[in-house]
Amino acid sequence: MSSLSNRKRRAFLLGLAKTACGVSLTALGISLYTRQAKSMPALAIRPPGALPEDEFLSRCVRCGLCVQDCPYDILSLAELGTDVPVGTPYYTARTGPCEMCDDIPCVPACPTGALDHSLTKINQARMGLAVLVDQEECIAFQGLRCEVCFNVCPVQEKAITLEYRHNERSGKHALLIPIVHSEHCTGCGLCEEACVMEEATIKVLPMHLAKGELGKHYRLGWDQKEKAGKSLVKPDGKRAFNLPEGVSYDYENSELTTPASSAPPVNKALETLKRGIKEAK
Amino acid sequence: MKLSRRAFIKSQAVVAAAATAGVTLPLTQLVSAKEEDDDEEIRWDKIPCRFCGTGCSVLAGTRKGRIVATQGDPDAPVNKGLNCIKGYFLSKIMYGEDRVQQPLLRMKDGEYDKKGEFTPVSWDKAFDVMADKWKTALKTKGPTAVGIFGSGQWTIWEGYAASKFIKAGMRSNNLDPNARHCMASAVGGFMRAFGIDEPMGCYDDFELGEVFVLWGSNMAEMHPILWSRLADTRLTKKGSEVHVLSTYKHRSFELADNGIIFEPQTDLIIANYIANYIVQNGAYNKDFIKNHTNFKRTPVDIGYGLRPEHPLEKKKKGKGGKLSPMTFEEYAKEISKYTLEYAAEKTKVPAAQLVRLAKVFADPNKKVMSLWTMGVNQHTRGVWMNGLIYNIHLLMGKISEPGNSPFSLTGQPSACGTAREVGTFSHRLPADMMVKNPKHRKLAEKIWKLPEGTINPKPGFHAVLMQRMMKDRVMNCYWQQCNNNMQAGPNINDEMLPAWRDPANFITVSDPYPTVSAVEADLILPTAMWAEKEGGFGNAERRTQFWRQQVDAPGMSKSDLWQVMEFSKRFTVEEAWGKEHAAKMPEYAGKTLYEVLFENGAVNQFDYKAGDIQDSDDNTYKNQESEEAGFYVQKGLFEEYRRFQQEGHKGHEQAPFDEYHKVRGMRWPVVDGKETLWRFREGYDPHVKYYKPDAKKGEVYFYGQKDGRANIIFAPYEAPPEIPSKEYPMWLCTGRVLEHWHSGTMTQRVPELHRAVPEALVYMNPNDAREQGLQNGSKVKVVSPRGEIITRINLRGRNKTPRGLIFIPWFDASRLVNKLMLDTTDPLSKETDYKKCPVKIIKI
Repeated sequence: MSSLSNRKRRAFLLGLAKTACGVSLTALGISLYTRQAKSMPALAIRPPGALPEDEFLSRCVRCGLCVQDCPYDILSLAELGTDVPVGTPYYTARTGPCEMCDDIPCVPACPTGALDHSLTKINQARMGLAVLVDQEECIAFQGLRCEVCFNVCPVQEKAITLEYRHNERSGKHALLIPIVHSEHCTGCGLCEEACVMEEATIKVLPMHLAKGELGKHYRLGWDQKEKAGKSLVKPDGKRAFNLPEGVSYDYENSELTTPASSAPPVNKALETLKRGIKEAK
Repeated sequence: MKLSRRAFIKSQAVVAAAATAGVTLPLTQLVSAKEEDDDEEIRWDKIPCRFCGTGCSVLAGTRKGRIVATQGDPDAPVNKGLNCIKGYFLSKIMYGEDRVQQPLLRMKDGEYDKKGEFTPVSWDKAFDVMADKWKTALKTKGPTAVGIFGSGQWTIWEGYAASKFIKAGMRSNNLDPNARHCMASAVGGFMRAFGIDEPMGCYDDFELGEVFVLWGSNMAEMHPILWSRLADTRLTKKGSEVHVLSTYKHRSFELADNGIIFEPQTDLIIANYIANYIVQNGAYNKDFIKNHTNFKRTPVDIGYGLRPEHPLEKKKKGKGGKLSPMTFEEYAKEISKYTLEYAAEKTKVPAAQLVRLAKVFADPNKKVMSLWTMGVNQHTRGVWMNGLIYNIHLLMGKISEPGNSPFSLTGQPSACGTAREVGTFSHRLPADMMVKNPKHRKLAEKIWKLPEGTINPKPGFHAVLMQRMMKDRVMNCYWQQCNNNMQAGPNINDEMLPAWRDPANFITVSDPYPTVSAVEADLILPTAMWAEKEGGFGNAERRTQFWRQQVDAPGMSKSDLWQVMEFSKRFTVEEAWGKEHAAKMPEYAGKTLYEVLFENGAVNQFDYKAGDIQDSDDNTYKNQESEEAGFYVQKGLFEEYRRFQQEGHKGHEQAPFDEYHKVRGMRWPVVDGKETLWRFREGYDPHVKYYKPDAKKGEVYFYGQKDGRANIIFAPYEAPPEIPSKEYPMWLCTGRVLEHWHSGTMTQRVPELHRAVPEALVYMNPNDAREQGLQNGSKVKVVSPRGEIITRINLRGRNKTPRGLIFIPWFDASRLVNKLMLDTTDPLSKETDYKKCPVKIIKI
């Protein structure tokens, strides 16, 4: 069935391992971050290119040059009394997200490399990870047509995609569910800023809070197959089934094709079976 | 202390966030109890959403005279409790801090002065000055010197009262709605093909259809709830497909099985190619075309609706839209040039995609629902294009039955209910009647109790022509209601703005907010909106929905209906009609237009006293207009209006007024309390038997046409008026975004929506941007020969344009993008083309 394969093609309908909570589990590379940065408050986000928190703190000289060079004025230096180490740069997505400048001016401004100068493509920044933290309140999960987070996402159709699902309650309206993909989300926070709820239901969290990790003893089969580009074990050949005459069965698409004629189908298998039994005598 | 609802939500979010962080917090039960307490004080009543043409119903929650909440109406058949993000914020649209709350007149030294400052005045003073200007204009130049520009967001009775005031009271036909910019081409398409307006199908076709073809509509953003219905069918029905045609990639491509990007204007070629494919392959429904259609041709090379002295108009050879007959063979020959090779070359669409689209139409077993809005309507050949879509459906007989449905979507909540059905156009009367037609005028004069010859037989000035006529000082008094034409209209620098600021002209703008239009007016009238008045809308599927007045309007604000009725008290019939004409009805001598139009024994036939309006739970509701008039104004107007449906050409019947307050809308024609879902087919539509008594079950009869046959109208491809050049190398297309409605006067005042999409950006192809040294966020000037705007580039956004085309939404009052557009119109529908205008981009 062509429509099914078309469906498979599109990102928003990919049947990959996306939980509704929105974190795709395919980017295992990021797991390295998940055991770091223990002391920061959950909603304070470091500028793009920031090294892992411990290293960042040891390198950052609190000079404020990155703050000065931010054209959108979103970075602040932590003051005494906040939970962020004094003098270090951070931003809060809800009130001022990273606008993801193509030339990332804050990074080269850093004299010590606490912001990693090898970051030259803003889409590769991983400041945090957007998480749809509250599915109960997020109106998209109720079928309302919001999608503001999807619409403002600067890594369009990659970092957040929409999964269309049938709405069981209304019976006739699809749900358009936003799904965040960690392999593309930079953690800029534009989605959190734009979220129209009184308290954002999508939030950028530091990676170690946002990211789960699959047990090392398990792999997702379909995921591995897609990565390998083929089955890890040679697939079976064409399957044959016992079917009434004229009936064909497409196992992949669960499609049973019956003959147009209204005559009752004859099961030849039964004949063979009978014949076989006879011959055995 | 108990937690407020807000605190409750916050606490839940904290819990959820904490859960993510791996911490468990207890959820208190107390807060839910408190929430229910709060809800008890709220009175809930049904009311349709006042944004797009979908017609979702919400329940408005009122407490202490204020709408404090809304909820999607779970019992509404259209939306089943759902809303889009605009509808989610309905409760906030009336409470912007800058509501206009008293009439504001430009004054200097205590007197009206065109160059004066806006000064608060009384309603009396406002109408005194205004009436003086109108009377002078009437006296010196006659009825065509005054006019009203209204809206598809007017309630039914607002449109009806304005129509009556202008056509019967002023004897002018200078009444047009902003719907002219929106679906006039759709009306033209209906009238030419079927002789009667509005879709034959309904929204149920979303569930009953199989293949959906979007011909020029970004439903995903512009009709959000309908899109989720279409999407649900695509998800759950085997064999369902979605085809999307556009000049750029937009959000509806998310679901497209066949996403087609074509060169602007070449949709005319695609439609003719499909018809040709059907004919060449012998796939057409021979019985259907033999029994139910006529073949016609339309004049060609008809210009672009510009001023007559414009070089493009001088070049044209044809004129108008008078149809002439042709045979099927002649038709087949005309379309035979639209081969696959020709179509693929001209449209730049891969041939395989065109074939795939043609095949779904040509397959007799596939049910197809065609959908379109502004891409097809805002088109210098919009009426033609509407017709070309009907041609395909008619050739296959895929029409007027469940799932087979050419469906013209409307943009505004009552474009159908008010603009079209009431007929608030410069050439129309209620129920599809025309001012040109003597029989129609006669019937209107009978219902309205007017002396013969009151209604002007000459169509008035349409939306764009009004501005030209004001600039030329032919029309001097202009009253704009319920829309924001200074932001919406095309080419305002050359036409509208100089016209409005000309001291010879007097401009009144009625609006709840100080819009771009209001600030260029001479008089601003504070206006009640949405739930502040009793209303009725008609949505795109012929569903008429009513609501009661929920709250009082702030300050001195009054509804458009009150304003028109009140203003009519300022004119005696002699002043309005001239002594000679007024003398034809001596019983009207010395009476005011108010008495003649509204205290005419029909409109004022239902007594009203406070407390009369109740819902089924015995809650009572106010009604500002009726309280003042002493009669049930809305009911009287509606019942008088219904006479046009009953005494005119049958097929437009609505139910009695009271019925609509009891239900979530009904789809007309409503006969014996039953709605009509599919028109023109015996069994579904009671009128088929009325017009053709021997009609068999399932037989189709297009009773809008005298012979019951729909017209298949050949129209060729013709080039757009302007194409990109060396100087202006890019196509500009303007449109909307999901988060904002039209000119943003309501949605931009909702802080959350403003934060979500604060400004209009230029969606551009990244390769084009790179060539010009632009990156995401770069500030640019967008320039056409008619003006320029400054905005920023968006290369990452929801719209992905092909090379050579940019898209800019028009909701942003600080970036009036439509002023870049040439004021071209479809010469037949007079609808503006906002979809193709050559511009250049300059980095700044």
